[in-house]
Amino acid sequence: MYLTRKQERMMDGEEGIAVRKSLELLVALGSVFGAEKLVPVESAHISGVSYKNLGEAGTEWLEEQAAMGAKCRIRATLNPAGMDMEKWEEMGVPEEFAIGQKRVLDAFVSMGVEPTCTCTPYLIGHVPRRGTQVAWAESNAVCFVNSVLGARTNRESGPTTLASAVTGVAALYGYRLPENRKPAKIIQVEADLDSRLDYSGLGYVTGKLLGSAVPFFRGLGLPDMESMKTMGAACATSGGIALWHGMGITPEAEWAAGYLDGIETITITNKDIEEAKAKIVSDPDNPTYCIGCPHCSLKEMEETANMVRGKSLDGKLWVFTSRGVYEQAEKAGLVKVIEDAGGRVYRDTCMVVAPLHEMGWQGVGTNSFKGGHYSTAHGFGTKLQTVDDLVKEAEK
Amino acid sequence: MILKGRKVMGGIVEGEALVCMDSMSFYGGVDPVTGIITDPGHSCNGMNITGKVFVFPTGKGSTVGSYVIYRMAKLGTAPAAIINVETEAILATGCVISDIPLVDMLDQDPLKVIKNGMRVRVNADDGTVEVLD
Repeated sequence: MYLTRKQERMMDGEEGIAVRKSLELLVALGSVFGAEKLVPVESAHISGVSYKNLGEAGTEWLEEQAAMGAKCRIRATLNPAGMDMEKWEEMGVPEEFAIGQKRVLDAFVSMGVEPTCTCTPYLIGHVPRRGTQVAWAESNAVCFVNSVLGARTNRESGPTTLASAVTGVAALYGYRLPENRKPAKIIQVEADLDSRLDYSGLGYVTGKLLGSAVPFFRGLGLPDMESMKTMGAACATSGGIALWHGMGITPEAEWAAGYLDGIETITITNKDIEEAKAKIVSDPDNPTYCIGCPHCSLKEMEETANMVRGKSLDGKLWVFTSRGVYEQAEKAGLVKVIEDAGGRVYRDTCMVVAPLHEMGWQGVGTNSFKGGHYSTAHGFGTKLQTVDDLVKEAEK
Repeated sequence: MILKGRKVMGGIVEGEALVCMDSMSFYGGVDPVTGIITDPGHSCNGMNITGKVFVFPTGKGSTVGSYVIYRMAKLGTAPAAIINVETEAILATGCVISDIPLVDMLDQDPLKVIKNGMRVRVNADDGTVEVLD
């Protein structure tokens, strides 16, 4: 791989061992994927934060990076942790877990990573421009930043995003190159998309059918930002989709429409969505109802508050969001409305990365195919319902 | 006999080969404390990869696998080197952050040419694998 003289000096350790090791990782992966050079990236979004996934091994690796003097030289935000960093005891998270989780956060903060603890950095002001090269992990965020914002990233991992944050570069391959952003299949939507749950289901079916190929959607209607958020998350869960185009919706769709000749069209109907749902759903015992996979926007917080106002939910409805949105929702009085109704609102974490078994959960209800996929994979009986139905069930 | 391939992570080691025909997930597929393969569906289930030149097709599974490799290196239970038919990001990341030599894309199929228990010398800096037996 071609390296500039400055990058060669970084490889020789002139800027310290952390920079050398980080660049070594990016070059090794770049060579695996056939990259010819490194390109500057404007920002990073780093995954691999929950102590549940990192364990001792990952935590020690992060602490070692911090001890070696790793420092971010570009903006870097952070994915969710395994708990609300303030209200973890109320969540029922064991103390041992909390100690490990705090070590992880300390290591990231000492390296200059913003402890945003959210899977939706794009909802709290981390919004790259169209065409910008970035290094993002977290599959839903990757899907959103590539598709809805038109910035460019591959599906990065925790170590590679940190390495890019520390060096300011990423290897040039995959979705960073226009030729790999062309559509591979046309998805003709013949389904009624009446709720965000339907969009989520459409994404889930698409990911199942396409693996990691780039879909070009026709008939997507006019999804709001929240619908695109949940659809992308589901696409990237059942498959490895990192980029989608939507005619009249996404910024690169018009360009992508120039490459539709001769590619296969696949039709998706409500029946396909129902079948996919049936494979996830089972009858949960005593479920906890969750909203916020991916993390709730302020609009979703407001909708939820309006829906639950005056109800009696008895701790069975949990709402997950970022600390950024939480702060706004708190100022607007929405957190209080939900909590007064017996709902719970937590920051920094979610139903996918919190240690639900250790917290004593028995079952899950969710409005997200991504959330449902993971709760089933983690052994929980799972319901998939619209927010309205979740709230109704939680009130029973 | 010398096989020529691609360096992914450098380093030079000599050791005994352990050849597996199945792809490998380090997350959930191996006990990092003992180095023993625990994936019930894996044809090398129950074998110990510690200190071996570990030959298998490629990696799979969760990205957490990179950290498992790192933990094994710290505990001294990691393989001495890895030879893949064609590697992927999780394994490459794990080997780079753990300083484990990794080569792939050899000019002959390592799963056929290298047999269990053979002594091999991996010069990952040059991207070569020498079969010593």
